[in-house]
Amino acid sequence: MSSIRALIGTRKGAFILESDGKRENWKVDGPHFGGWEVYHVKDSSADPNRLYASQSSSWFGQIVQRSDDGGQTWNAVGNRFVYDGTPGTHLWYDGTPHPWEFARVWHFEPSLNDPDIVYAGVEDAALFRSTDGGANWEELAGLRTHRSAGSWQPGAGGMCLHTILLDPRDSNRIFAAISAAGAFRSDDGGATWRPINRGLKSGSIPQQEAEVGHCVHRIAMHPSNPDVLFMQKHWDVMRSDDAGESWTEISGNLPTDFGFPIAVHAHQPRTIYVVPIKSDSEHFPIDGQLRVYRSRTGGDEWEPLTKGLPQANCYVNVLRDAMAVDSLDSCGIYFGTTGGQVYFSSNGGESWSAIVHDLPAVLSVEVQTLP
Amino acid sequence: MIRVVLPAHLRALARVDGEVGLELDGNATQRTLLDALESRYPVLRGTIRDHVTQRRRAYVRFFACERDLSHDRPDAPLPRAVAEGVEPFLVVGAMAGG
Repeated sequence: MSSIRALIGTRKGAFILESDGKRENWKVDGPHFGGWEVYHVKDSSADPNRLYASQSSSWFGQIVQRSDDGGQTWNAVGNRFVYDGTPGTHLWYDGTPHPWEFARVWHFEPSLNDPDIVYAGVEDAALFRSTDGGANWEELAGLRTHRSAGSWQPGAGGMCLHTILLDPRDSNRIFAAISAAGAFRSDDGGATWRPINRGLKSGSIPQQEAEVGHCVHRIAMHPSNPDVLFMQKHWDVMRSDDAGESWTEISGNLPTDFGFPIAVHAHQPRTIYVVPIKSDSEHFPIDGQLRVYRSRTGGDEWEPLTKGLPQANCYVNVLRDAMAVDSLDSCGIYFGTTGGQVYFSSNGGESWSAIVHDLPAVLSVEVQTLP
Repeated sequence: MIRVVLPAHLRALARVDGEVGLELDGNATQRTLLDALESRYPVLRGTIRDHVTQRRRAYVRFFACERDLSHDRPDAPLPRAVAEGVEPFLVVGAMAGG
């Protein structure tokens, strides 16, 4: 029987939640790296026992942990993230130049074919790659040295490269997203990049349809159709049908189109999930009601999913990397909150229950479906 | 033998209990102490001082003999009591939030 392993990154450590394929009884293991921020824990699809974890703190900096046994044991690997050349400046919140400074790894994306190859999206925004299982890291500097980079500005959470999508059809195609610069695509394995933000409109920048400067919160893709991308932006939910060449708004009847995560159903490439949040200045659900919204039509037409979720006095947030799906026949949807709950649905979102209630604030959720 | 006391998070990272004892090459300075510490525990590289600039991380302080040595030059001699192993060299995480 298949089993599920959920990898949870929190403000105070990592947790691993495991269940058999029934998803009724869960074992909670953790905290790993207790007291440290764990922005992301990610598995390799080429080797499900290979995990990478980003462990960091303001005091002691960045640590990269690697497990080769599915999270039972961990070993620190390389943590030397040095920008290529003289990194120069980007813009600070007040519009003045600010030196590029490494802060932390937000997101790991292992190669689809080789567990020793892994990409790291970091703050201040840049993309690094390791080809030796995390021992050494090299910047793919073509992104950070794009001609527009000097004008990039941080979002409220920092200037982070938070999304990395690898095209399963074409190993040379990589998508990346940066708050608040926008979405970018490489068609040559990460050597060169170009912005893919046509169709985005952002009211908080001087040119609303500028080439860069958009606060993209998350991009998702279904592996069967990698030309179709779904985006949760600072405001607006968007879709591209042409690998990011152009974007169309699909917010439709959402009660608010502000939010952070977006996820795609494992077996229905047009079924997507978002968690609407009241506004950019009030990062909690409308009316204290935690609602996931689902569209079965690739956007525009949305339905609220509430059964089992708190519908009063709920003021948590769901962060951009904190939603994932499993690939069992009845697709499971999982998300973690800043209140420390991890909710899941074993039926595509029809009903929900909490696996855990009281973890530290959840930063990321990844889910493995194991044979 | 130089005695070094690490904060709890770095002891966990280096998988050590209690104090760390180090034999230094040459004079006892912050630089030779940290070189020896990182040589024995490579996992600590980048956690106390920057990989490239070798500057102390902002929220890390160095205390010994009831003095704050954080702003001493890296090549300045450590206090004799530290060099002789009478007093420990304390690596401290600044009290700040969290």
